[in-house]
Amino acid sequence: MDITELLEIAEKERSHQKPIRVHCCTSTGCRAANSLSVKKNLEGAVKDVGLSDRVQVVGVGCMGFCGNGPLVEIDPQEKLYERVTPNDAASIIEAINGGIATAPEGDLKHPFFARQLRIVRENSGKIDPESIDEYIAVGGYQPLYKVIHDMTPAEVVDEITRSGLRGRGGAGYPTGLKWATVAKMPPGQKYIVCNGDEGDPGAFMDRSVLESDPHKVLEGMAIAGYAVGASEGYIYVRAEYPLAIERLETAIKQAKKLGILGSQIFYSAFDFKINIRIGAGAFVCGEETALISSIEGGRGNPRPRPPYPAQEGLWGCPTLINNVETFANIAAIVREGGDWYASIGTEKSKGTKVFALTGKIRNNGLIEVPMGITLREIVAEMGGGIPDGEVKAVQTGGPSGGCIPASLLDTPVDYESLSNLGSMMGSGGMVVMDKETSMVEVARFYMEFCRGETCGKCIPCRAGTVQMYHTLTKILKGEANQTDLERLQALCDMVKHTSLCGLGQSAPNPVISTLRYFPEEYTTLIKPDVLNGKVAVSH
Amino acid sequence: MESTGIKTKQKADRQAASEHPSGDKRFKVLDITMKRAQYRQDALIEVLHKAQESFGFLEEDVLLYVARKLKLPLSRVFGVATFYHLFSLKPSGAHSCVVCLGTACYVKGSGAVLSALENHTGIHQGETTADGQMSLMTARCLGACGIAPAVVFDGTVAGKQTAEEAIDKIKQWGIGNEA
Ligand SMILES: Cc1cc2nc3c(=O)[nH]c(=O)nc-3n(C[C@H](O)[C@H](O)[C@H](O)COP(=O)(O)O)c2cc1C
Ligand code: SF4
Ligand code: FES
Ligand code: FES
Repeated sequence: MDITELLEIAEKERSHQKPIRVHCCTSTGCRAANSLSVKKNLEGAVKDVGLSDRVQVVGVGCMGFCGNGPLVEIDPQEKLYERVTPNDAASIIEAINGGIATAPEGDLKHPFFARQLRIVRENSGKIDPESIDEYIAVGGYQPLYKVIHDMTPAEVVDEITRSGLRGRGGAGYPTGLKWATVAKMPPGQKYIVCNGDEGDPGAFMDRSVLESDPHKVLEGMAIAGYAVGASEGYIYVRAEYPLAIERLETAIKQAKKLGILGSQIFYSAFDFKINIRIGAGAFVCGEETALISSIEGGRGNPRPRPPYPAQEGLWGCPTLINNVETFANIAAIVREGGDWYASIGTEKSKGTKVFALTGKIRNNGLIEVPMGITLREIVAEMGGGIPDGEVKAVQTGGPSGGCIPASLLDTPVDYESLSNLGSMMGSGGMVVMDKETSMVEVARFYMEFCRGETCGKCIPCRAGTVQMYHTLTKILKGEANQTDLERLQALCDMVKHTSLCGLGQSAPNPVISTLRYFPEEYTTLIKPDVLNGKVAVSH
Repeated sequence: MESTGIKTKQKADRQAASEHPSGDKRFKVLDITMKRAQYRQDALIEVLHKAQESFGFLEEDVLLYVARKLKLPLSRVFGVATFYHLFSLKPSGAHSCVVCLGTACYVKGSGAVLSALENHTGIHQGETTADGQMSLMTARCLGACGIAPAVVFDGTVAGKQTAEEAIDKIKQWGIGNEA
């Protein structure tokens, strides 16, 4: 395929699309609320009222407001319906011609939508993720064409470097630098790996991107392959995401068929193929060296770095590993330029970030916002605050992160600010907690998680997390004394500094941060007689 | 000459091995999966997924079979099968109910849903009812946090679950009705 053919597909698809599109979300959240039946009834209603020549029902990806699903949007009338039931379908179609819909109408001007800036999610909820033609119709795969034909690999790496993009998988390593490292390795077999393991509880950004716009991720991987000199890529998705896997499989098949993946892409000398690997339920497999071992068919045990995967990765070859959201940024950066991307966000954290806003909050769902927005803007304005009560803390970064107290909500969201608070950007989960949530319970919850997910390879993490869990349980039962609390702190320090991989190194964070911001919750649970300096006596 | 001889022998071996002595059709499914992966050892996890799908769990016989076909030591196959949470070496129930205990679900009360289910069925998480009708499991996060608390009933995600709703659902499977 060449550029004229690509543009032809886009043109043909656009001319086939009906003037009014009824977008019905068919992603996991809305599906769980019966959106497939809604879609079926919408289709039936369009036929019944004889609007088939003007109106088209499209199953689209996640629109973001998952907590109020199933969602239906009328494009271009900019009308949004929430909590739609199959019975509402007929009235929604009639409302196009001036009738009254029975489903509650959403407010697209609400800060939840209005404050967003969508780059990664620009197509999400607007196109059918199962149709490559729809992706091409919104300009998809033109950036890939552009890099292959108009840019040298070095120029692509430069563009990404200029954008200031940092990895969205958690640690925020500069993407351009990582690409440059792999590109500099001697030519030969190299691999691209997309990390779609997303094990952080409370996070579903990657799931949503894969389900809503799989081609964007494939395109990002292919551009990366061209830039660093790799001809093969793997995308590792957790088995808990069956719909994401299904849609990726479809997308890969479609792209291959059009000659966009495979050999001699766009009639060039560039070959790139993508394989899917399915996880089997192990959080540690999100860690890059463990993930590599898992792709190779082994146990997901991390290994010491260096050598980094960029030097020695999959089957010993130089390997570029990036997160799903990182790859989903690439096509837009190529299209609009690195400088454009760098103009968004803050000094050190460029661009946008997708967050999963959940927990005790009015508006649950996914948002994409420019870096630097404050937690308060996200939680209070976009999230609408807690239905009846007050915010106590926001947990960010999952098991590697911490709880940020309400008093610090004016902190801007960027990599450095969050880690200065002892938390982390992590992959983007934000769980809002209210006064009813016990912070010691939360700490124990994460320790139970880490205890169950440690791979067991090194002792500090394997034994330390278990001990910390027991101590926290003891505290919660009111059986602990001051010595236990001190031992807990010492354990945090030891596990953090002596564990082999990021799991152990960050496992104490939820404990450290709750101890730091909510010390009274611990001390009130400590046996009072001991606080008075007396020896603990067990009854 | 000699190399051709070896090739023919390997081929014969494979053909012989592709018939599991039990004649159980489910081994055929495994054969097809392994063949498609060209018996590559890195296909192990994929093969185990398939095996669990067809057999319901990973019985020792299946692990032995896979080890032999992929020319892997049994210890390696066993090591992988026990490392990953989704692989089960015990039979699972006819129905499955997975309660998410991830942070978002936890904050929204999935603990109460789980204990209600445990009370109703008389089994703990990770167990299967004595009649083999239902397995009760937990997950770390289903990635459906926007509709927390989430429960998966026989592979279908249900959101915003209350204890009552979850129990109604398993009652439809005929579980614990008499209780
Ligand atoms: C225990 C652990 C779990 C991780 N889980 C994930 C994950 O689910 N997804 C992800 O992209 N990165 C995860 N990471 C980070 C990866 O190791 C790696 O840094 C990342 O995929 C690199 O991509 P990026 O540069 O685009 O962020 C995890 C790290 C650790 C230590
Ligand atoms: S820190 Fe924990 S998860 Fe990481 S290698 Fe050690 S035991 Fe395994
Ligand atoms: S899943 Fe439908 S809006 Fe997110
Ligand atoms: S925490 Fe339950 S689905 Fe994510």
